[in-house]
Amino acid sequence: MTASKLDEIDKKLLQLTQDEFPLTKRPWATLGDKLEITEEEVILRLKKLHRKGIIRKIGPILDARKLDLSTSTLIAMKVPEEKMEHVVDIINEYKSVSHNYLREHAYNLWFTITTSSKEELRRTIEEIKRRTRIPENDVLDLPTSRRFKINVRFQFK
Amino acid sequence: MDKIDKAILHAMQDGILMLKEPFAEVAKKTGISQDEVIDRLKRLISEGVMRRFGVSVNQRKIGITANALVVWKVPQNRVEEVGKTMSSYREITHCYERQTIPGKWKYNLFTVIHEYDHESGKQFAKKLSKAVGLKEYMVLFSVKQLKRTSVATLKP
Repeated sequence: MTASKLDEIDKKLLQLTQDEFPLTKRPWATLGDKLEITEEEVILRLKKLHRKGIIRKIGPILDARKLDLSTSTLIAMKVPEEKMEHVVDIINEYKSVSHNYLREHAYNLWFTITTSSKEELRRTIEEIKRRTRIPENDVLDLPTSRRFKINVRFQFK
Repeated sequence: MDKIDKAILHAMQDGILMLKEPFAEVAKKTGISQDEVIDRLKRLISEGVMRRFGVSVNQRKIGITANALVVWKVPQNRVEEVGKTMSSYREITHCYERQTIPGKWKYNLFTVIHEYDHESGKQFAKKLSKAVGLKEYMVLFSVKQLKRTSVATLKP
């Protein structure tokens, strides 16, 4: 994937929209004032960034723990190459699986499961193990014991 | 969180519309005034229900393509201090302590870093290692993103 070129105004606009979104009736006008461009230009630029797929959305970023989704774990699996596609299809079916990555390691598949109860978490893990037929010994279940940080923000440079 | 809070958040789940007054739409849908929508959003942030309000970007599209899980073996009595130090770096988006599995998995602190390329990722991990004085760590770059959705979604 080639990186999209952003001009200086796009970069500043993204930075402000990420870090200091104005909760006002006309937020685009407030942003425009800061950048010395018009409200219309802010809207046009954001729409373009959205169309290009750079912006996923502008809205509330919620804390799962406050929404009764407090139990989560990270699972790592050693999946043989020839089984990978099948295993990924099964895992990605689960709504409780939010992130799933192929990584450079003997444990090559890493995914997170978040549920509202320990019981549901345990059941989901057991079901995934049964359906994917990955042996117990090739699975790591690494529950969260403490969360220090979650803050997905970037420097637009 | 009351019913109206939930309705507001649900109405904005896929993002606000890029209209001149984006909260007017939300107000109409939920039957309250724009001012009240805005007040409630501010309250939800101060209560921590919302981590923030703003843009979510697809970092891969702007060239931040190196995503690595960096796992650390931290002595139990240093977890608190090291976790806090690591969390202070902007490049680290996630920092969690996780349970170990004796004989199978010894790393207990997990960080996720985002960089423009692998080399910068490796250099950054090295810098962190020096900063906290810990040598036992591994950098696991992602080869492919197979799924990425939001955990925190609301049912209507």
